[in-house]
Amino acid sequence: MTARRLPDGGSWIDRSRPLTFRFDGEEYEGFEGDTLASALLANDVTGGFRSPILGRPRGIMTAGPEEPNAFVEVSQPWFDPIVAATMVELVDGLVAEPRAGVGRLPSTRVPSRRAEHRHISVETLVVGGGLSGRTAASAAASRGDRVVLVDERHRMNDAPDDVIGLPRTTALGIYDDGYVIALESTPELERLWHVRADHVVLATGATERPIAFAGNDRPGVMLSTAAAVYRRHFGVKVDEAPALITTNDVGLVARAMVMDGGPEEGPVINFQIDPISDELPTDGSLLVSGGFNPNLTLWRAIGGTVEYHRRFACFVPGKGPPWLKVAGMANGEHIPDCAPVWYVDGERTTAFVDLQRDQTVADIADALDAGLTSVEHVKRATYIGTAIDQGRTSGVLTAAIVNQMLGTGPDAQGPTSARPPAVPVPYTTIAGPDRGDLLDPIRRTRIHPWHEEHSAVFEDVGQWKRPRYFPRTGEDMDAAVARECLAVRSAAGVLDASTLGKIEVIGPDAAAFLDRMYTNRMSTLAVGSIRYGFMLGLDGMVADDGVAMRLADDRFFVTTTTGNAAMVLDRFEEWLQTEWPELHVYCTSVTEQWADVAIAGPKARDVLGALGTDLDLSPGAFPFMTFRDGAVAGIAARVARVSFTGELSYEILVDGRRALELWEALLRAGNAIGITPYGTEAMHALRAEKGFVIVGQDTDGTVTPDDLGMGWIVRKDDSDFIGRRSLRRADTSRSDRKQLVGLLSDHLLPEGAQLVEEDTGRTPMATIGHVTSSYRSPSLDRPIALAMVARGRQRHGQTILAPLPGSTIAADVVSPVFYDPEGARHDG
Amino acid sequence: MCAVRYWRAAEPKTTYEVVIVGGGGHGLATAYSLAKRHGITDVCVVEKGWLAGGNMARNTTIIRSNYLWEESAAIYEHSLKLWEGLEEELGVDVEFSPRGVLNLAHDLGEVRSSMRRVHANRLNGVDAEWLTPEDVAAFCPLINISPSLRYPVLGATLQRRGGTARHDKVAWAYATRASELGVDIVEHAEVTGFLRGPGGRVEGVSTSRGEIRGAKVALAAAGHTSELAAMVGLRLPLQSHPLQALVSALYEPILDCVVMSNKVHVYVSQADKGELVMGAGIDAYNGYAQRGSFHVIEEQLAAAVELFAIFAHAKLLRTWGGIVDVCPDASPIVGWSGIDGLFLNCGWGTGGFKATPAAGWAYAETIATGEPSELVRPFSLERFTTGALIDEHGAAAVAH
Amino acid sequence: MLLIRCPWCGPRDEIEFRYGGQAHIAYPADPDALSDADWADFLFMRDNPRGPFRERWYHVHGCRRWFNAVRDTSTHRFVATYRIDEEPV
Repeated sequence: MTARRLPDGGSWIDRSRPLTFRFDGEEYEGFEGDTLASALLANDVTGGFRSPILGRPRGIMTAGPEEPNAFVEVSQPWFDPIVAATMVELVDGLVAEPRAGVGRLPSTRVPSRRAEHRHISVETLVVGGGLSGRTAASAAASRGDRVVLVDERHRMNDAPDDVIGLPRTTALGIYDDGYVIALESTPELERLWHVRADHVVLATGATERPIAFAGNDRPGVMLSTAAAVYRRHFGVKVDEAPALITTNDVGLVARAMVMDGGPEEGPVINFQIDPISDELPTDGSLLVSGGFNPNLTLWRAIGGTVEYHRRFACFVPGKGPPWLKVAGMANGEHIPDCAPVWYVDGERTTAFVDLQRDQTVADIADALDAGLTSVEHVKRATYIGTAIDQGRTSGVLTAAIVNQMLGTGPDAQGPTSARPPAVPVPYTTIAGPDRGDLLDPIRRTRIHPWHEEHSAVFEDVGQWKRPRYFPRTGEDMDAAVARECLAVRSAAGVLDASTLGKIEVIGPDAAAFLDRMYTNRMSTLAVGSIRYGFMLGLDGMVADDGVAMRLADDRFFVTTTTGNAAMVLDRFEEWLQTEWPELHVYCTSVTEQWADVAIAGPKARDVLGALGTDLDLSPGAFPFMTFRDGAVAGIAARVARVSFTGELSYEILVDGRRALELWEALLRAGNAIGITPYGTEAMHALRAEKGFVIVGQDTDGTVTPDDLGMGWIVRKDDSDFIGRRSLRRADTSRSDRKQLVGLLSDHLLPEGAQLVEEDTGRTPMATIGHVTSSYRSPSLDRPIALAMVARGRQRHGQTILAPLPGSTIAADVVSPVFYDPEGARHDG
Repeated sequence: MCAVRYWRAAEPKTTYEVVIVGGGGHGLATAYSLAKRHGITDVCVVEKGWLAGGNMARNTTIIRSNYLWEESAAIYEHSLKLWEGLEEELGVDVEFSPRGVLNLAHDLGEVRSSMRRVHANRLNGVDAEWLTPEDVAAFCPLINISPSLRYPVLGATLQRRGGTARHDKVAWAYATRASELGVDIVEHAEVTGFLRGPGGRVEGVSTSRGEIRGAKVALAAAGHTSELAAMVGLRLPLQSHPLQALVSALYEPILDCVVMSNKVHVYVSQADKGELVMGAGIDAYNGYAQRGSFHVIEEQLAAAVELFAIFAHAKLLRTWGGIVDVCPDASPIVGWSGIDGLFLNCGWGTGGFKATPAAGWAYAETIATGEPSELVRPFSLERFTTGALIDEHGAAAVAH
Repeated sequence: MLLIRCPWCGPRDEIEFRYGGQAHIAYPADPDALSDADWADFLFMRDNPRGPFRERWYHVHGCRRWFNAVRDTSTHRFVATYRIDEEPV
């Protein structure tokens, strides 16, 4: 057997452009337009590959994605850990070596092709650029459709006029409603196409299948049409006079093409004529044609059915989605009549069915002998059909052998499904541009640049970046947080609270609507006043909290937690649109429009006064839980007297575009009294000292307002609100539910620590609750914690235990309000 | 190889003591347990397709027991203990591989809920460790712990006893042993209706292979439970969603543990053959077509290559979808249906595979005695009325 | 990637939408009048058919309107979409 490049011919290669490449350490030449496989054959490299499990010598068997033998690792000019040589487009300087079934992922940086994503919407997508595909594309274009035609080969015969032709592009998968993912793979880049099409035509052709016979895996055995492709398109003759074993006439035609119509030499076994074979040639070049399988992977993946065709001995399309058509050979057209010969009985242990999994007729027989009868079970017992080619050559063969061995009809069981993607795709290509910071949008406040300049350490809260603390040189987090907290308690601190969700609720029914959404009554709120509120799920569990400010009779401004802003707005819309369309209410997110700076601390009023404002800040004129519109530092502002720290506090809401100006003005005005920017960590510690809960930290979706000791926030009249009915279910109204308590201990309790009455030292140990928040309180100079504990409010004064690895911490159950229990400080 | 002999394909009799609907992992483990532990061998498992061809053939085989709530920890920990003895119990190597399961935390909220879970696990007798980012890198050097990641790894919980097993081998071993004990396994028999007796009592099933009577009928049909329940007029708090999974081509061993990240939906292990096995997030809509949407895969792989730089050149080989039935609290329903003669085992969502041994164990006891096994008592249908939900996504959202 | 025909915006990709589960589950006029079991039925019990299913979608990254749809869950194919104020098709 000698393969060689003929002096001329080869419609896909350009002989004026010779290329040099290395394979397995040797240098070779090929031409532009070659695949690695065709170039290897042109150089008479017909073997050099090994099977993955048994290590048997193998050669190039096909000319396409069905290749089960010839796998390589490409290391230059791009890296690919494992790919069929038939699918590698030859470029100058290509370096490859054989890989047997298993790739090696590099731990160092390797050359990569660019990855990008494209989206396109068309009336018609045609998959496959053969004759029937081009015909379908022309027909669609001539009726005015925008048409895309994709073809996996790197040379596609010219696309018809007015058709967007994408060569080197493989349709990977078809999804609902005409959505097709396709991979365009060139030496420069890998581009993932997302095509939405009203109509999809599959002109995916048919793949020749082998026959299982003893020794059918040796180098030199090749599918007959592959040999014809190498002859016709690459000018490569795999042998002067190859032998042939065939079930159909195409095999004969292919052999004749390889031999340039030359004299019939060498053995030809034609099962159409002679069902009992002669001796099969055991060496030299042997062409095989077991028949043709329409390529229906994409068809089946979207739910298309298949039917067995007796004359063609293959499966052809049945029913599928209305927008999907199959054309040409994929549709069973032009398939040659075929003798249903699947395997030639003999030595079964070398009669290979799935060459890439090294599985033979004997392996199938063993699985059946053991009692398996389903092709699916045989697949799972042998792993046939699960290698890189996904059973392109083995699938129909396996089903047919199973059917034959079980004595059922040839249509009793069909092949197992191949799954998308049709060819393997690098993860980076699928990831596309969504890398690094683009993995998920980053939201930054208007004051973010200042935070960055001042060494803030950030935490992720939803998509937001929030300053967690502002360490000074030499400070760790604890030191920074303690300093920030003490500044708030003794003078004043400023917090960027801009990430809070903000929604304007407007309309004549706004008050009535909010009454239904919150547990407390918002309709009685006076204009200019503020009320803290809880929002429950329908299940009665705390879902979010925030404040509502009444701007006018028909106008409210409500805040949400940072993480739940979108959820709350969506919930408002859901109820308004789907349940209460009769309510005249409009909701608008204004989170991004309003920046929010909180100034908190006993000196907060002085700083604000020094800054300059037209508001009367005296407690009588501007009481707690009210807001005023005015000017602060010359900036139009809405100032709210709310407090999440327990200190005198103002939240100053301004146009986002002036937030940084306000922030810097506040710092200048407060410089004399030591005003201190503080982050979320200090904010959390300060609120914990006051026993204020954080939804999502002290609650977990299983906590009611009463569990938090906040039954007062749930109105007791007959009017309904979301979640109300759930509060009197058996479990929700239990008296032994977990309740929020404070814990005092000598040592800092870890957040999440479980609490017990008795440390038995054995597991499982009965627990009564867990620590939800824990801090070394800077103000009290001792550890404090909040916890949810069964019957917690009855346990004040008790000592409970937190068993930890290696130690147990005792904690006294106390009120959750550790600091300023009288609430005297919020007026300054 | 020929020494292996799998289950016997049975012709259904007309009547059984127990008819189990669904020949997946749970149905087969239940049949085995009925026969082995309770001596009830007059059992038929009816399967509409090929044995263990539903979620059992489609899951990513992660096994762990580090659930937050004690009710969940109890059943999953029981399951893990059964996994640890399953090879001996069934006499088959099911390739249980306790290689360690990492659950990554990417923000402070996740750190808090992870720590809470570790503390709860320890008191529940479930092995649990908290790893700092440096510990994570030491345990699994492939994971990128760079603080510059969009969602950096702030730590992880580790359950060393967790791991994976070979799903087909598990199902086939249960089927084979149950079959040996006398259980009839009937494939390609689709249930088309229920036989009802006095007072509406369920007394058997109509199937595509004829009527099969059973004094007790037990559903173990995962995503198809709602359809079956509707045949007897029962509505359940279940929704069936597509859940996708995928494997890469084969690569030399690089990853010797299971890594899960709920935040960015990466659930990955490497199979012995070499493929990277990954679970994706659940598609939001209801669907029975066993396929999901590709953008779910794209988002997952984008996150995966951020976490594992070495995955960049790995290639996606196959994707597929299963049908998971999910309860509002992400916990299962196991017990009496409220209709005489009919039992329920459903709603396992993404937790079904790991629960297989214990679900079979406890469901069999419930069917055999007519009283809920202690392990499943909290997982009654009644909890939706009382409100005693076991909310596994509220606190420590860890799927799979 | 389902193609969803928003009654206001026309056909758009699935990623613009949020799923809303079963449609036409009305909030009870008087929740207090319901037994715990009936309330649980409203809260949690849902149809989950294999086949045509009336469900809700929210065009969250579009017109932000809720609408209803009939979709076959066995094929994922939409039979119809209709506005909240329209009669079920």
